[in-house]
Amino acid sequence: MKDSALVITEENTAEIPLDEVITQSRILKDEGFRFITMSSADLGESVCVLYHMDKDLQVRNLRVTVPKGKKIASIASVYSCAFLVENEIKEHFGVDFDGLPLDFQGMLYNDEEVQKTPFCKIGIKRV
Amino acid sequence: MFMTKTVLKNLLTKYATRLYPFQTRETFKDVKGELKIEIDKCVFCGVCKMRCPSQCIGVDKKGRSWEVDPFACVYCGICVDACPVKCLYQEGMYKAPVAEKHMVFHAQEEKADAPT
Amino acid sequence: MTRTVLPFGPQHPVLPEPLHLTLTIEDEIVKEAIPKLGYVHRGLEKLAEIRDHTQMIQIVERVCGICSTLHAMCYCQGIEALMNVEVPSRAKYLRVVWAEMHRIHSHLLWLGLFADAFGFESLFMQFWRIRERIMDLQEATSGNRVIVSVNVVGGVKRDINKETEKWILETLDKVAREVNQLKTTILDDFTVKQRTVGIGILSKEKAYELGAAGPTLRASGIAQDMRQTGYAAYPELDFSPVIETNGDSYARTVCRFNEIFQAIDLIRQAFAKMPEGELAVKPKGLPKGEVVSRVEQPRGEVLYYLKADGTKFLDRLRIRTPTFANIPPLLDMLPGCDLADVPILILTIDPCISCTER
Repeated sequence: MKDSALVITEENTAEIPLDEVITQSRILKDEGFRFITMSSADLGESVCVLYHMDKDLQVRNLRVTVPKGKKIASIASVYSCAFLVENEIKEHFGVDFDGLPLDFQGMLYNDEEVQKTPFCKIGIKRV
Repeated sequence: MFMTKTVLKNLLTKYATRLYPFQTRETFKDVKGELKIEIDKCVFCGVCKMRCPSQCIGVDKKGRSWEVDPFACVYCGICVDACPVKCLYQEGMYKAPVAEKHMVFHAQEEKADAPT
Repeated sequence: MTRTVLPFGPQHPVLPEPLHLTLTIEDEIVKEAIPKLGYVHRGLEKLAEIRDHTQMIQIVERVCGICSTLHAMCYCQGIEALMNVEVPSRAKYLRVVWAEMHRIHSHLLWLGLFADAFGFESLFMQFWRIRERIMDLQEATSGNRVIVSVNVVGGVKRDINKETEKWILETLDKVAREVNQLKTTILDDFTVKQRTVGIGILSKEKAYELGAAGPTLRASGIAQDMRQTGYAAYPELDFSPVIETNGDSYARTVCRFNEIFQAIDLIRQAFAKMPEGELAVKPKGLPKGEVVSRVEQPRGEVLYYLKADGTKFLDRLRIRTPTFANIPPLLDMLPGCDLADVPILILTIDPCISCTER
């Protein structure tokens, strides 16, 4: 039986360094994994970004810890559908994605007046 | 062509809708309707206030009063389940709409002075 | 040829909810579509920080009215996995019953809107009249018409007795009969076929690569249904995903039609196999850890990412709803189609914008 509620453990989640995001997701894509979505959580000094992929209903995750203010490469070149969720994370957590094909400039959901990243406990001001 | 049977049936049967304000449907049993309280039974423990997801309940232990904002209530019934003395209950249908907006704020039910 | 930029939405007769698309058109042919969200963004995920994890059930139910119980089910499933709670068997079956009722009424709602988009207003009324029967069932069994607030961590709140069960099964027979009558009306109609067959084709490879979910994915020939993962009582029920292979608007309609019959069958099976027993177990302790929980909603797969740190409040709650996943495939379908087909194409992914934006 496959898990519909999968507790994240080291077995199903690979911790990867910041600059290997594209290569690792490319490897998973070549194995036939489908991109589901990305999640993010505020860790205080940094933001943890999780990539959820699945193949035959089995989820596999990649975890990247992004220090606040650092840039991360967008995986939209590998999975083109990732641009929407990357924009969302950029807006809510202030993680900057390099090479976004369609950049909403942090205005996917919010208006221009919102000058903070609303989902962070310690917010980053927008430039 | 495909609809002929349905159309004929619709013509020969009565309306699917009701003439609402004049004709209302009987409510089902155990419907989560308007939130009410038997104030005499209440012990003012404040569990309902703590559990309410929309935070529409106010409990004043000193003044022995209980209040609810019926327009913020989401009819979930959590407070009814949580109440230790079962003094809360939901009855009838949802609260009827009110014409004037200021009524929203005045409609908070305040019941106090329960005999100890 | 000059290009024209045409704003589409957020207010549009066929759109039940506010989605904005900036369409670049060239002589009535769409060349490019750019979405704009945010008209109903409420920040519900952020509420997890100030509401405790049991109150969040009521909040996630209100992410979307149409699939409310499935949101709560997915959330509860995640918390149960974190707290190692085994849900009683009867509760699992009851969850299936409510989940499938939601699927029926959601698909009937969509079929009504779809008929309305063609201008078949009387057909829209027919579908919604059938849907009303399901709404009555929900109200009688759970106490609420739309937001069926029955899930709690560890089980369900309400039971269905034998008498109600009989009534539900009788009503479902009626629903099946009535939907079957309307099936030929909409699926064999010349106008409907003209406007849907071969329009908005999403190929099998594209659907998989762009991460489509639900009927949008299955109409392209991929048999992927989260119910196969075996949550609730689904492993004990006999079903296989409804698939269509053409990947066009017509295939997506047929797929949803067949899912209504499948859902009715699943409810019948669930009642036939439902054991007696308790409804809920009381969970002990507080959730700790991270979990990814997925269930199949009427519109597709929903993903909940929950991060709990052992306190009453969740550290992070993330909801990925099916419409969010279906927007990239929609953007892929739109270029090359007629401007007149845009409303129909948007409808065929069954958009729920309040789900998408949360």
